Amino acid sequence: MKKYFSDLVTGAKSLVAGFIVTFKALLSPVVTVQYPREKLPVGKGYRGHPILILEDDTGRPKCIACGSCMRLCPSQCITVQGEKKEGDKRKYPTVFQVDFTRCSLCGTCSEVCPVAALEYSDVYGLAGFTREEFQYDLLADLPGLVETGFKPVSAD
Amino acid sequence: MDILSNIPPHLFRMIIAVAVVLGFVFANATVMGYLERKLAGRFQRRLGPMEVGWHGILQMPVDGIKLIAKQLIVPDNVAGILFYVAPLIAMSPVALPFLVIPFAPGLQVIDLDVGAIFVLTMISFNTVAVFLAGWSSNNNYAMIGAMRAVAQNIAYEIPILLSVLAIGLMTNTFSMKGIIEAQKSIWFIIVQPAAFIMMFICSIAETNRAPFDLPEAESELTAGFHTEYSGIAFSLFMIAEYTYMFVNCCLVATLFLGGWKGIPLPFGDYSSCIWFFAKVYFLMFVIVWCRWTFPRVRFDQLMNFAWKYLIPFSLVNLLITAILVKLL
Repeated sequence: MKKYFSDLVTGAKSLVAGFIVTFKALLSPVVTVQYPREKLPVGKGYRGHPILILEDDTGRPKCIACGSCMRLCPSQCITVQGEKKEGDKRKYPTVFQVDFTRCSLCGTCSEVCPVAALEYSDVYGLAGFTREEFQYDLLADLPGLVETGFKPVSAD
Repeated sequence: MDILSNIPPHLFRMIIAVAVVLGFVFANATVMGYLERKLAGRFQRRLGPMEVGWHGILQMPVDGIKLIAKQLIVPDNVAGILFYVAPLIAMSPVALPFLVIPFAPGLQVIDLDVGAIFVLTMISFNTVAVFLAGWSSNNNYAMIGAMRAVAQNIAYEIPILLSVLAIGLMTNTFSMKGIIEAQKSIWFIIVQPAAFIMMFICSIAETNRAPFDLPEAESELTAGFHTEYSGIAFSLFMIAEYTYMFVNCCLVATLFLGGWKGIPLPFGDYSSCIWFFAKVYFLMFVIVWCRWTFPRVRFDQLMNFAWKYLIPFSLVNLLITAILVKLL
């Protein structure tokens, strides 16, 4: 008999406590983001597809087309060709392609790069209908980069 | 004009009343469906529907159009005509309680002597519809849901009736208007708080709303009694559920919260329905609040709560009321 009434009292108390919890939630601000229209900033450690970093003064790639990334890439998805044109002080890449369907985003390419010319972008949500869409030419505009206005930061 | 003057005015009134009531039933379902989803979102710190119209305000009409346009899928071996009749039985009596609900002193169709009992009777039609739907669907989930609904409604109707009886002892009438008039000086929620709480809990259980929504427990019975219903048949059940919710809240507001009583307004005979609707929709808000606060009870807990707590307490409450009414 004692348990009968104590159950009733504890039950009623917990019901009131539950009401208070949800009423506080009702008054507190919304935490979700309306995704396609609102986007959260991407964390600094996010690994998007690789991109080439440009020199600040000339706006040309920092890459010296040494080919280290191509040789060390475990999935062999990078193709680099470069040449030294008349009037240039060094080699510049003429072809820099990444087969993003094979890239495992391991980061070896940006680690070995002697001039720190490769970096991850913060582009996410990449989707396509054909495999060819993922053959990225890093010397051209890449999908998503213009839209997000991404500026690579040197990894220090 | 000759033809019009030959038609008795009662006919006009009936047609207008039917149109208004049916319009109100659908409007109430639309508004409550929207509010429910919006409040569900806010209780979970989401936004709820946001895509269709300003803040998703057109979501429910669009959903309604979708449900009307959907194919009615009828499984093999359903119990023939009963399968089709069940949603109609759920939907058709919803207009009748509106006959006796006093929205304002001037806004009541008839003041039956047994108004409160009449409303309760109409509400319990829903159980028949739920049982028919579950039984005729030829589906085990639906059958279990229907069985649960019947057991639950039998258990929870007793405390409702006993609470109404306690009010009846105090007012000497079951007429809805008479009960409101009896609350001139003080609302019965203050005189009969236990009856109010029990009645309100039972109303939630009667309308099969969470946390007592065992007949349609999604996690156990897919959708319970309306598993096999699609399209407009399903939405008839939902509209009926929201309307019964409204009717139940009207009953609670009439019995305990003083009905249309509030701060006097100009044209009080009609405009005081604002107070009535404010009270009813506040109660509806509490029901939605309950739904998104408490987890669904287990079936034994449900039955224990009804038979071990609500019924004894309402009996004791009735006894005390009877003694006090006799003595005072």
